[in-house]
Amino acid sequence: MIETPLIELDGVSRTFKVPGGTITGVDRVSLAIAAGEALCIVGESGCGKTTTGRMLAGILRPSGGRLLYQGQDVWEKKGHELSAFRRSVQLVHQDPYASLNPTRTVYQTLSAPIFRHKKARGNKDATNRVRQLLQTVGLTPPDDFMVKYPHQLSGGQRQRVAIARALTVDPRVIVADEAVSMVDVSIRISLLNLLLGLRNELGVSIVLITHDLAVARYFAQQGRIGVMYLGRMVELAQSEALVSDPAHPYSAALISAIPEADPLITRGKERVPLKSAEVPSLLALPSGCTFHPRCPLAEPGLCDVEMPQLLPLPGDTPRQVACHVAIRERQPAAELIRSS
Amino acid sequence: MTAATLPHRDETTLPRPVEAAVEFLRVLARRPSGLIGFIGIVFFLLLAFVVPIFVPSQESGDITQIYATPSAEHILGTDNAGRDVLNQVIQGGKEIISVALITAFLTTLIATFLGAFSGLVGGKIDTALVGIADVVLTMPALIVLIVVSALARPTNFVALALILSSLNWAGLMRQVRAQVLTLKERDYVEAARSLDLGTMHIIFREILPNMRSYIVISFVLAMTGAIYAQVALIILGLVPFGGKNWALMIYFANTQGAFYLRDAFSFVFSPILAIVLLQLSLVLFVNALEDIFNPRLQST
Amino acid sequence: MTPILSVSDLSIDYRSRRGPVHAVRDVSFDIEKGETVAIIGESGSGKTTLAISLIRLSPRAARITKGAIKYTNGKETVDIRTLAEDELRQFRWSECAMVFQAALNSFNPVINIWEQFGDTAKAHGLHDSKAIHSRAEELLDLVRLDPKRVLRAYPHELSGGTKQRVLIALSLLLKPQLIILDEPTTALDILTQRSIIDLLADLKKKLGFSMIFISHDLTIAAELADRMITMYAGTIVERATVNDLFYRPRHPYSVGLLRAVPKVTGAMGSVESIAGSPPDLIRLPPGCTYAARCPLVVDACREREPGLLPVDTPAHDARCIRWKDVAAKIGTADVAVAEKVAG
Repeated sequence: MIETPLIELDGVSRTFKVPGGTITGVDRVSLAIAAGEALCIVGESGCGKTTTGRMLAGILRPSGGRLLYQGQDVWEKKGHELSAFRRSVQLVHQDPYASLNPTRTVYQTLSAPIFRHKKARGNKDATNRVRQLLQTVGLTPPDDFMVKYPHQLSGGQRQRVAIARALTVDPRVIVADEAVSMVDVSIRISLLNLLLGLRNELGVSIVLITHDLAVARYFAQQGRIGVMYLGRMVELAQSEALVSDPAHPYSAALISAIPEADPLITRGKERVPLKSAEVPSLLALPSGCTFHPRCPLAEPGLCDVEMPQLLPLPGDTPRQVACHVAIRERQPAAELIRSS
Repeated sequence: MTAATLPHRDETTLPRPVEAAVEFLRVLARRPSGLIGFIGIVFFLLLAFVVPIFVPSQESGDITQIYATPSAEHILGTDNAGRDVLNQVIQGGKEIISVALITAFLTTLIATFLGAFSGLVGGKIDTALVGIADVVLTMPALIVLIVVSALARPTNFVALALILSSLNWAGLMRQVRAQVLTLKERDYVEAARSLDLGTMHIIFREILPNMRSYIVISFVLAMTGAIYAQVALIILGLVPFGGKNWALMIYFANTQGAFYLRDAFSFVFSPILAIVLLQLSLVLFVNALEDIFNPRLQST
Repeated sequence: MTPILSVSDLSIDYRSRRGPVHAVRDVSFDIEKGETVAIIGESGSGKTTLAISLIRLSPRAARITKGAIKYTNGKETVDIRTLAEDELRQFRWSECAMVFQAALNSFNPVINIWEQFGDTAKAHGLHDSKAIHSRAEELLDLVRLDPKRVLRAYPHELSGGTKQRVLIALSLLLKPQLIILDEPTTALDILTQRSIIDLLADLKKKLGFSMIFISHDLTIAAELADRMITMYAGTIVERATVNDLFYRPRHPYSVGLLRAVPKVTGAMGSVESIAGSPPDLIRLPPGCTYAARCPLVVDACREREPGLLPVDTPAHDARCIRWKDVAAKIGTADVAVAEKVAG
């Protein structure tokens, strides 16, 4: 990145104690996000993407590495500086049915942070601010929505209220953790457009976490996608580059496997064959590159020995990949798989 | 859709009082047992607190009418000194219900505060408080109450209420704590934390309102417990003050040997019936309470 | 050939405080032997109510107000509405089985998988433990699971994909003619979805049963369906072969749905949400239920709800009086709708 990143994960890890031992949910992930960037983190369940998102939002403390905001280590801050940071990075949750307090109206939910952080003077001012927020998230007419309880709203509307709530404290970063996954298909796009609109109009950086590659591709059209596998970031590239020419064999496998809403395309897709369908348990990770037991390009003696680092791959657009073979051959994995 | 009126900052869930009362009765009507319970409670509250204003207490009785069977003149008969039983039932409700109300209030207050605080704060303080609650829970309540009563010698009913609530809080506290531990993990509580809304806000606006029904139900159940405890203590003669009280009527019935007299049936049975019916009303009402507090059932 | 399932004019109401909810209205369709049909709709479309009514699993609050559900096996035709309880139990699972969404607690959590097989078999008349065991092993092999590991396991010990496979295996216990699958790949990871889809395609080829998919996910229809039905506000709005529906839709809702789903490979095309929300199923508007959200709406649309009108390709009908205008915009090429419709 040319400019100083707004928020940055520097070699961040997070371990958990589970019956059976300790698992590394996130393993030395480095990610720099600029102001006003739209970034997507993609991966299957257990890959650590939600944990990464929660560490970005300051909800979880990293077990290793640093979280930097505007160049400063967040967890070294104390008291009100730490609270100020937490307000700058807001999380929007996945489940619209659990993200709002069922006993409070939309107005009550939105006005609480407004009053708390003195964003308004008195009731009238606060009401106006709430109106503005509801208009920003597309809930119009705002006066109708202010008096409603969550159970009177649809899933999509609740998510909009959750986004409005995040906006009450003027954040610089919004982390949307699977925020559209539980919403009807036909309105997912409008929610994504809302988030992108916040970036365009307010300059807020948005990090979208999802398991759905189609959603990721749409959202990160002008941004980057990071692919995670078993706690590591295995690829980080511009959205279109990732989708047309994935650099990591796992990304290639995902893209070839995802069913598409187009019969001719999806029934004719060429699959990247994986050697095994079993996802290793986090308690018994394979040696070296954790993907090697399933990888079509795995080379014994290389891939099972050393963990690959996320390194730049030469190409038209800047991209990084954590794959020994791709780096050595200076080619994206998709090419190598095609030619083999 | 008509434009809604703008809300005020301290607007509570229920709208204006009249609308609230109508809502309340409408929801109650859907649960006939709850409605019966509610009517029962209102009846007994009126009987115990309002009717005595108009019906003075009868101090002396007609000795010629000892243990008279129910008749037009004495609807529930008379006691061992010829005093009207109905009059005693009317006078005897106030104290027993007042003690129950105060006890339930204190119990719920202590248990909710300690349970919420303990659950939210966690750590060593939580462990210590839970430990204390566990100790209190394992004590055989009635025995302890008897001992404490005998030692403390309560001289008025507020003191009695204090004694009763000193042991009652432990079970409810643990339950409140368990609820708080669950609610603490909810997404909207997490959002409140990251919006830096403060611990007080989280307790009083995010967590406790979601336990409203739970707390009110516990309050009513605490009342039933307090009534039973009082009756036990009084019948055993451990409460050294006089006054008018249904439980006292049973105590006197016992000491006067009325249990063995067929004619004294009404004297023995009336206070028991009063207590049982009141308890029943409370319990039936509790069934309907959850419906009332569920916001889903509020507006259309 | 008589279709194995024939649903005619089915209507289902739910009881509610504000009045009856018309969850399913006048639904008619047929399933032929060996066919795979996808019923696609979003929340509130009535697809799940419809699905569970097909084997009379509806909750008590639901009432079939009219219509027939007829199954044909060989020469015998049965209207499932008229079956007695014990006949119904025999019918279920041996004629038609249902696979629920694994993620939604479809298993009894306190018994292991072997006991689940046992319970299911016994409930439908099989009592020979040995026979059940060998059949269970055979079925788990068929769904590519290790019987020894899985039969001993409890549901919480298995992954989402494995649980879905077990449910599929359970459904095949009595060799039904028809299997209904409710959201089989929703909430599953990409690679797991792929394996379930491949498995279903494989099983269908091997065993020849008919399938009905109920889903909001268009991709599973694109992968496996022969024919598709889209539902909106409780009724069918379009019926067509899978290629016709994806490339030549004739109802504005189908068009809207197709444009709302971005693709991963290939050109993205113009992607757009559908504005507005579905109507209140208690107080339905007088005319077409999609009128409030439809870009092609005219006054005539709001007067009367249209019937299913045949359109310009065979075995294809749509509930829209302006289907010709939709046809004009979409055309007939085998190209994704999002690419054809600009802006």
